[in-house]
Amino acid sequence: MEFIICILAGILFATGVYNILQKQLLRIAIGTGLISHAAHLFILTMGKLKRGQPPIILEGITEYTDPLPHALILTSIVISFGVTSVVLVLAYRTVNENNTDNMEQLRGNEYE
Amino acid sequence: MIFAVLAPLLVAFFVPLVSRFKSSFHTGIFVFFVPFAIFVYFLQFIGPNFTPLKQTYNWIPSLHINFDLYLDGLSLLFVLLISGIGSLVVLYSIYYLDRSERLGQFYVYLLMFMAAMLGIVLSDNVFVLYTFWELTSISSFLLIGYWHFKERSRYGALKSMLITVFGGLSMLGGFILLSVVADTTSIQAMIAKSDYILSNDYLPLILAFILLGAFTKSAQFPFHIWLPDAMEAPTPVSAYLHSATMVKAGLYLIARFSPIFSSYEWFFIIVSIFGIITLCWGSYMAVRQTDLKAILAFSTISQLGMIMAMLGFGTNIAIFAAVFHILNHATFKGSLFMIAGIIDLQTGTRDIRKLGKLFTLLPITGTLALFGTFSMAGVPIPFLNGFYSKELFFESTLALQNGTLSITSFLTTVIPYLAVIGSIFTFVYSMYLFFGLFGRNKNNEVSLPKQPKEAPIGMLISPSILVIGVIIIGLMPNLFNQNFLAHAAASINPTAGIDAISFWHGLTPAFLMSLIVVVIGTILALTRTKWNTVYDLLPGRFSFNTIYDQSVKSIDTFSSKMTNFYMNGSLRTYMILIITTTFIVSFVYMYYTDGFTIDFSDLAKITTLEIVVVVAIVVAAIGTIFSNHNVAAILILGITGYGVAILFVLYRAPDLALTQLVIETITVTLFLLCFYHFPKLTKRNESKKTVATNLFVSIGFGVLMTMIGISALSSSWFDKISEYFIETSLPIGGGKNIVNVILVDMRGIDTLFEIAVLGLAGLAVFSLIKLRKNKGAK
Repeated sequence: MEFIICILAGILFATGVYNILQKQLLRIAIGTGLISHAAHLFILTMGKLKRGQPPIILEGITEYTDPLPHALILTSIVISFGVTSVVLVLAYRTVNENNTDNMEQLRGNEYE
Repeated sequence: MIFAVLAPLLVAFFVPLVSRFKSSFHTGIFVFFVPFAIFVYFLQFIGPNFTPLKQTYNWIPSLHINFDLYLDGLSLLFVLLISGIGSLVVLYSIYYLDRSERLGQFYVYLLMFMAAMLGIVLSDNVFVLYTFWELTSISSFLLIGYWHFKERSRYGALKSMLITVFGGLSMLGGFILLSVVADTTSIQAMIAKSDYILSNDYLPLILAFILLGAFTKSAQFPFHIWLPDAMEAPTPVSAYLHSATMVKAGLYLIARFSPIFSSYEWFFIIVSIFGIITLCWGSYMAVRQTDLKAILAFSTISQLGMIMAMLGFGTNIAIFAAVFHILNHATFKGSLFMIAGIIDLQTGTRDIRKLGKLFTLLPITGTLALFGTFSMAGVPIPFLNGFYSKELFFESTLALQNGTLSITSFLTTVIPYLAVIGSIFTFVYSMYLFFGLFGRNKNNEVSLPKQPKEAPIGMLISPSILVIGVIIIGLMPNLFNQNFLAHAAASINPTAGIDAISFWHGLTPAFLMSLIVVVIGTILALTRTKWNTVYDLLPGRFSFNTIYDQSVKSIDTFSSKMTNFYMNGSLRTYMILIITTTFIVSFVYMYYTDGFTIDFSDLAKITTLEIVVVVAIVVAAIGTIFSNHNVAAILILGITGYGVAILFVLYRAPDLALTQLVIETITVTLFLLCFYHFPKLTKRNESKKTVATNLFVSIGFGVLMTMIGISALSSSWFDKISEYFIETSLPIGGGKNIVNVILVDMRGIDTLFEIAVLGLAGLAVFSLIKLRKNKGAK
């Protein structure tokens, strides 16, 4: 199963990157979302899957799943939420100010 | 001693403060006491019984970089030159620089330079020496560009910086090699190990690197081109940096390291050749110049070449003569620069063609110049110091030892002739300089921008002191010998030195050489206008400046082309570059280290439920690419998020699943709120090439990440550290939910910063939405 999740993470990375390479701002925002999902799954798999019980200490249970990736991902989820919201609002302001969401037209004046 | 090095820097902090009162109190008066105090402090070391002094201060002991100060005869000579000439230059600058100039900056740079220079000559650690070395390049850059509104100043500053820093960097390379080979960073310790260094295979490389540093700094041919352009600096700076001290740092370096290398024959060959060529070329070119300071610049180049050559000879007389001439050159050239500054200020021009007949107008200046130029020319008069060292130079060229290489014997025959030729031109430009300024002018119609009158007395003090030095050394050359110069020479070569310097040796070959120089020199000086056309043949239009200008220009165009190539403003290009680079580097590394492994044992079981979720996520993820509708795309993105949440549940991560569900809901809401303002997603009409590139890059990256994941799972290099958290969660953290304990307890600061990041993100979102440039406009 771990390998399947690895492949899944790879696919999410690939689709995320593909979206980021597009011209439209919304697609780029979506791409960043996909990449963060991919990264979470990637980290989760590193602790191996389904070994033992959820990491909440109970009497009589000795095997727990690896809690460290969970902690890391938890931090990451919150941060990526922050990033996504800033990206979205930044995109919103950009579109508002420039009346375009096409990245090729947002290259700055220097090289036009 | 450390205070001596750091005092100028410390005082420099107060200079801006003092310079506020410059209208009533010239900043230079305040600054003057620094070099003067240092000079007086170091005077106490002069004496026949001087022994080297060593002090150590820890700086970066783990890298063997210590602030080791070492004062021996050679250092003492330089320290006294730096502080002595420094005092005089500051004194001179008080009258030279008007109070309307930016005095604060000028003196800060000057003090910075002084500290750096003292640091070079006193430090025993090669890396400390290097640090100060570069500091002199920087302060020289700042001082040359002091009048930064002048195009030529900026050009000269940049040129000197590029050339000397280039040399400095190569010198650093030499130092690193040397310290690795000798396993020490102390110069004195290296000297003790010189046999070992000489037998090392890296010796030629070390020598080449260090010599490159010394040659660029001391303006040796063909790196001399920066020095004439550096004359754009204010004249006190030219007198100080570009004649008496900084350009001698290269000589100091050679002298300092010659105990290590002197028995290596190529050291003699290279240093002598460069020195003697520089001597000839510099003096030859000096006659051609018309700018007063350019003549002096080329003359400095040629004198530096002469000292360099003597350091290369390495014989007892040569070393002593080199040390002696360093002192002499500082006295007469320093005074000549100051005189040039006086003439520039008093007449308003530095063009020697416009000047002439100044002796009656500037009698004191003229007298000083007479001594300076005649000493520089090496005219055999017993009260001019230049003659003594020049005579010793001739003597040393005749007493060169033959080596094993045939080029050495060739050099020993040729060098005396070249020395004479170089000295003839030295004589010619000295006369050209003096009679051009003070003698009869051919053009009777001399129209000067200003009506010249004698300079203020304050301006004449410094050159007078230097000229008095010329005469005192000339009259009593032995005054400094045993007390001072002998120690300096002995620290370069323990056997160097001579018993007594005397004016008259009898009719020796060296004296005959001097006579030849004077006779031919006089003839050439008188007929200068007749043979002037020779400069059209050599160098003609060719110049090393052209090479410099061309290379700087081509580097400029190349780098701007390079930058424009990848900095084209397109996000897509940047992403492709970043990802492709990551891909190539990781993939190549994985391939060469055989990093990809796959191991099917110890895997979790595959269940149908999981497969269904995975397939759903995959379909949704690919769906985001093809969806052409805003809402649809956002909802599909939501599906992947919720899918991931389900996976979290399946993989027994309750906290994650909860957080993911909450966050995903908020994110989707946020997307939907924003989507209203976005233009509709449009169908893409991209070329096939673009699509193919995008596909290639993204699939490549996905494959790479998968491979890394699988390899990481299939190999176990380290034990997991999670056991620690599981065991200590309850006893140390006092919590049963291990993930929570990790977050708020064991990695509490992480979480704190995470909150801070989120807070900042919130502020950013708020300000992006709310704040407008002009209020009311929405």
